[in-house]
Amino acid sequence: MASEIQELESAVVRFAGDSGDGMQLTGSQFTSSTALEGSDLATFPDFPAEIRAPVGTTFGVSAFQINFGGRSIKTVGDQPDVLVAMNPAALKTNLGNLRSGGLLVVDTGAFTKRNLQKAGYEESPLGTPMMDDYQVIDLDISKQTLEAVKEHGLGNKEALRCKNMWTLGLVLWMFSRKRKPVVDWLNGKFAKLPEIAASNVAALNAGHAFGETAELAAHIKRYHIGANKTDPGTYRTVTGSQALSWGIAAGGELAGLNVVLGSYPITPASPILHTLSGMKEMGIVTFQAEDEIAAICAAIGASFAGSLGVTSSSGPGIALKMEAMGLAISTELPLVVINSQRGGPSTGLPTKTEQSDLYQAIYGRNGDAPLPVIATRSPGDCFEVAIEACRLAVKYMTPVMLLTDGFIANAAEPWMLPDLDALEPFKVEFAETPGEGETYNPFKRDETTLARNWGIPGVPGTEHRIGGIEKSYDTGHISYDADNHQKMTDTRFAKINGIANDIPLQEVEQGEKNGNLVVVGWGSTFGPISEAVKAARADGLSVSHVHIKYLNPFPRNLGELLKGYDKVLVPEMNAGQLKTVLRDKFLIDAKPLNQVSGLPFKIVDILSAIRAEVSA
Amino acid sequence: MNEMTAPAEKLTIKDFTSDQEVRWCPGCGDYAILKCMQRTLPELGATRENTVFVSGIGCSSRFPYYMDTYGFHTIHGRAPAVATGVKLANPELDVWMITGDGDGLSIGGNHMMHVLRRDVDINILLFNNKIYGLTKGQYSPTSEPGTRAPSTPQGSIDPTLNPISFALGSGARFAARTVDTALKHMPGVFTRAHGFKGASFVEILQNCIVYNDATWADVTSKSVAKDKQLLLEHGEKMIFGAEANKGIRLNAKAFALEVVTVGEDGITEDDVLTHDETNLQLARMLAELGAQPNEPMAMGVLYAAPAETTYADAVHAQVNEYKGKRTLKDMIYSGQTWEVS
Repeated sequence: MASEIQELESAVVRFAGDSGDGMQLTGSQFTSSTALEGSDLATFPDFPAEIRAPVGTTFGVSAFQINFGGRSIKTVGDQPDVLVAMNPAALKTNLGNLRSGGLLVVDTGAFTKRNLQKAGYEESPLGTPMMDDYQVIDLDISKQTLEAVKEHGLGNKEALRCKNMWTLGLVLWMFSRKRKPVVDWLNGKFAKLPEIAASNVAALNAGHAFGETAELAAHIKRYHIGANKTDPGTYRTVTGSQALSWGIAAGGELAGLNVVLGSYPITPASPILHTLSGMKEMGIVTFQAEDEIAAICAAIGASFAGSLGVTSSSGPGIALKMEAMGLAISTELPLVVINSQRGGPSTGLPTKTEQSDLYQAIYGRNGDAPLPVIATRSPGDCFEVAIEACRLAVKYMTPVMLLTDGFIANAAEPWMLPDLDALEPFKVEFAETPGEGETYNPFKRDETTLARNWGIPGVPGTEHRIGGIEKSYDTGHISYDADNHQKMTDTRFAKINGIANDIPLQEVEQGEKNGNLVVVGWGSTFGPISEAVKAARADGLSVSHVHIKYLNPFPRNLGELLKGYDKVLVPEMNAGQLKTVLRDKFLIDAKPLNQVSGLPFKIVDILSAIRAEVSA
Repeated sequence: MNEMTAPAEKLTIKDFTSDQEVRWCPGCGDYAILKCMQRTLPELGATRENTVFVSGIGCSSRFPYYMDTYGFHTIHGRAPAVATGVKLANPELDVWMITGDGDGLSIGGNHMMHVLRRDVDINILLFNNKIYGLTKGQYSPTSEPGTRAPSTPQGSIDPTLNPISFALGSGARFAARTVDTALKHMPGVFTRAHGFKGASFVEILQNCIVYNDATWADVTSKSVAKDKQLLLEHGEKMIFGAEANKGIRLNAKAFALEVVTVGEDGITEDDVLTHDETNLQLARMLAELGAQPNEPMAMGVLYAAPAETTYADAVHAQVNEYKGKRTLKDMIYSGQTWEVS
């Protein structure tokens, strides 16, 4: 059937199947193929915490959503336009979100009695009025796949594993995407298993050919989504974990320091440990420690000895590191602490996203223990934010908390490759051997930054002893003096607060610099807030968007800026943490919009809140 | 230990003594250990700038403040992890770690296990006084059951942990024991620990004059020392006692060490074991010696079996194999990219 090709501005596709169905792979390959055609995109891998949950169950469903378009894409999309459901459980858990009139592709081969039961269906929903709202392509993909790969001689089980590629072939056809990047990838991945590679390619081609030749219902259209008009340059897709790791490596190079990462495996932070462990070419040392505490302590030890210590974890691990962070604050050693936030408290929702560690970042630790906190807004943004964390750590001799989250860590987006040579270096100068008659004082401070001077082992003459006990402001030796403790506490705050003079002023992302309503966000809510504000403004509403990267200290104009609006709305994937901090710092009536479902905000939810605020 | 460039002039005890007033209780065993360290380092050709003392929390952990070297007084139990980081950053440094029975075996037991297992090239001195001193006298993991302390008014219940057995069980390749008052014995043990490439674990029987006075007296006091200490020398017979006629024999049937008297019941010196510090099974038995009233405690180097490389060196060997082969730019620009013009 020669389908007509309809031009679309953007589309949201969601692949859903059993954990073992290879949906993450399918999604990421569709992403590659789409990115190479120049579309803008955002992805959302949404998978269970269990590695292999029981087959066919609703809690074992793994999904991958991609929003792509010939325009700027900032979110993963509120509702899929296309849902691929590889089994009844995937249908059950995802159908409710499919846009009315959306396209549903199901593998009827997986709709067995047993699978239906496991998903909680008494009988198959296919062909029932439940489907009336959607365009349905119900195919026995399992059977089609077996047919397509039979000449390669795989066993039944292995052959069925190719059904994700069959499905991908069909969806690539549907969106007029090229198969070649996927074929190249398959041949590379299975270079040592040629029959597996050939089978997967055969399944991919068969799915594609099916689209071209089968008598699909006339209302099933092919779509084309063009390239996004964007800044000229070289692009690639990048996940948050990749960009963050590369940013750390760049930060180390700009500081002229070796990076030593101490880390302990934890979801969703582990990809950073994995990525940096594969970067020995850049001299990066990684240490998989025995626990979270050892991970940060090794990083602190490395900083003491003149490297740039970095540690990476998620909420529960960050909680374990708090005492050691206090040591780095007290000894004033540089350290980058990366927190890939996840749902909490306790083990919480390991694979789901949340931004509920803001309090932990700003207010954690025993004693008055301030440190800078910065947050990243999107996968590509991680690169710059990681560099900035390194810069602040070495310039101010302080641990820096970098907040990202599970969504950003795993999500991918097109990223214009940076000109590495254009990055501003911030080379560290260690304390030198003192001159004749002089002695080294580790707590001698720079008058502007208040950072102490960094003397490292191996250098004669700067021998010194430091520790977590309070130190004399004047000599750096142990001091239990009351006035001195007051002075040192004040100095530690002054040093961190002074960073406000070294960071950009807060800008307004969209809208006027004062007015009726401002929506204030931080972290990965950037996309949905940005789109919601855009939509509201298109409707003629007076609303602005402010997105905060520097959470401690805040940019020095933030308070005045926010006071210029009548109302302040703060959407957060927590119970209202930034809202509280803003109220505390600026005595403004910030109103919360909270969601702790483990999922990113939908544009529509923020938009309704904006409408409610404006009309209130 | 590392091959360091020898200092231009030979340093003295003064060079390693910091200007800080020592604040241990008068009569504390730590004083003697400190003096011994300050005296031994010049003999080892150590330099101040390449020497780092890392400690956790507790009385013993104040040690770095009194050494005129680099020093890092960290947090409770975590010195092994901090010391590991120091070595990862700069494997050339000579790192000593000072800890106690509470810091090293209780709150920091996990880190101690792993620093030994990894064989990080540091020298670990564990001051064992069988009590928590700095927190005012609670029982520790090495206290005898029945220890009456503020937290155990009816006596402690927990069995005792043997530090050397713990170390060997964790995979330590060097384990030694000495006594705070053994001013002639201790320097030799420090020298061996320093010379060992890998994690060297040294238990120092140390007296807490305030909270656990004379806790080691039945081993260390002059009147019994010769009968209660077996001074090990590699390749030498395990002979001890005031009359130098007692020996250690392997009872093959019981698979245990036993004390025998040379010249009695037909025992000759040939029956007495010869110390082989590379024998792990022997070291394990020697570690436990002293548990019975008639047995001496083994002193000196119980075990020394260096591996071919050490942890930080192996980590850096991996890094150096790849270093410079690809730049960050190569990495970022690799994979599937596209141009927008």
